[in-house]
Amino acid sequence: MWKKVDIFMKINSLGYSIKQGLQNIVRNKFFSLASIATMIVCVLLFGTFYAIIVNFDHMVKNAEEGVAITVFFEKDLSDEQITMIGDQIRSKEEVADVVYVSAEEAWETYKNQYFAEDPSLADGFKEDNPLADSANYQVYMKDVEKQQQLVDELRATEGVRKVNSNQVAADTLSDFNRLLSYVTVGLIILLLAVAVFLIGNTINVGITVRREEIGIMKLIGATDMFVKAPFVFEGVIIGLAGAIIPLILLYVLYSQVVRFVMEKFQLLTGIISFLPAGEVFRVLVPVSICIGVGIGLIGGLFTTHKHLKV
Amino acid sequence: MIQLENVSKEYTPGNPAVTGIDLHIEKGEFVFIIGNSGAGKTTLFKLLLKELDPTSGTIRVAGRDLSQLKRRDIPAYRRNIGVVFQDFRLLKDRNVYENIAFAQRVVETPYRRIRREVPQILSTVGLAEKYLSKPGELSGGEQQRVAIARALVNKPDILMADEPTGNLDPQNAWEIMKLLEQANEDGTTIVVVTHNREIVDAMKKRVITLENGVVVSDVEEGGYIYED
Ligand SMILES: Nc1ncnc2c1ncn2[C@@H]1O[C@H](COP(=O)(O)OP(=O)(O)OP(=O)(O)O)[C@@H](O)[C@H]1O
Ligand SMILES: [Mg+2]
Repeated sequence: MWKKVDIFMKINSLGYSIKQGLQNIVRNKFFSLASIATMIVCVLLFGTFYAIIVNFDHMVKNAEEGVAITVFFEKDLSDEQITMIGDQIRSKEEVADVVYVSAEEAWETYKNQYFAEDPSLADGFKEDNPLADSANYQVYMKDVEKQQQLVDELRATEGVRKVNSNQVAADTLSDFNRLLSYVTVGLIILLLAVAVFLIGNTINVGITVRREEIGIMKLIGATDMFVKAPFVFEGVIIGLAGAIIPLILLYVLYSQVVRFVMEKFQLLTGIISFLPAGEVFRVLVPVSICIGVGIGLIGGLFTTHKHLKV
Repeated sequence: MIQLENVSKEYTPGNPAVTGIDLHIEKGEFVFIIGNSGAGKTTLFKLLLKELDPTSGTIRVAGRDLSQLKRRDIPAYRRNIGVVFQDFRLLKDRNVYENIAFAQRVVETPYRRIRREVPQILSTVGLAEKYLSKPGELSGGEQQRVAIARALVNKPDILMADEPTGNLDPQNAWEIMKLLEQANEDGTTIVVVTHNREIVDAMKKRVITLENGVVVSDVEEGGYIYED
């Protein structure tokens, strides 16, 4: 007579519980829809900000690659001394790459940049490179945060005449990125709290309606798990719907926006480069679904724990 | 199988529903419990099902003290007991089939067995054609038979029926009694609360009489001694 009850549900009980959970949602349309809508807003916000942040990050990284320190040398520095300075910079951990630009190359680049429209204008300088002293090292950083420190160090190095850097741009980019992340995370946490609350309320309505039924189930020998499972599934299904719907919306929206910007602002394509949708959603989909299921699960477990002391 | 020692229950202090009950029911017995309204019969069932805990005394079922039962062990305990509640306690928004299948789902019976056994038990209680009706669309007697079918479907070790024939005509009442007798022959311990004098007198089973919460007589092959 004293057999143990399996705590784990068999597959057909699982199917039954999911069906009951769905039925709860359908019966309680108003609250269910409100909960799903909140989840949708949550995931939409999360997805939008995530897409912005990763793209921004991507663009900043691109920009950082262009942010270089330029090191000019004293006039009478020998080639060996120049090579030595180069090796010294290269040996630093925060440095990604060091490229030597001779005076001739510097002039070429300059010409291309400023006399592109009419190369003949540059002909006047043919004999005498106006940038004769401009042989330099282009230093590319791995870690932009350490840029200022390196600049200071280089300025104190013997044989270095001048160091140019683009510190302001680098700072602004990462500051803005950080601020955006904080605001977004705060907003999302707030909305998730609202979603847990709403899902909890929705489930509680179902529990109230089924009080008598739950009592009968217990007297027949239903385990707590069997009684609670439909309500927990109700939460999970709401969370899942609240994640999948906005993901589809976001996917369509993202592709459209990227295409629109690329078409309308072709000039900017050098500066603005979007991540492909696949790369953004490869992270966004699993994370959003985990958030949806997680929030549904938390709402479901919390509410059944609080209101189903059967 | 069932052992009560000096069991008392007061719903509110000073108002005992049952007092000092001592009772032994062996495995495989068939027992009638009779007594006037308010004598404490339903209270006794609730105590046995651990829907209520006694104010004092101990209840042992199959050797285990119910007061020692942990919360998580209660479902396993109840699964061995089929109960026909005096007020049926059917699920109002589900049809007859679902009400019985429900009892099997609770104990995680495989779907295939549910589909086979529910129609079987329904035809046994004579409700095969009504399987799609909701309890509200059934007569009192029909609801009672659904309740009996639900109590029997899991083939429990103990079956407790609180006035299972209260709403039935004599012929139907006898059919239900034969059903219980059949289950008893298959090894189920049966405890039946009834006001049906004719049945109690005819069946010659053990009869326990309660009066105002106290056992006043307990007779093997007894009759309906109580005047109501
Ligand atoms: N929930 C309750 N709260 C307070 N008192 C109760 C409660 N349930 C029953 N009682 C009281 O306990 C006593 C026994 O009730 P019980 O239901 O066990 O009687 P019974 O023998 O089943 O009667 P009947 O034949 O009418 O069903 C009665 O006096 C009743 O008023
Ligand atoms: Mg009663």
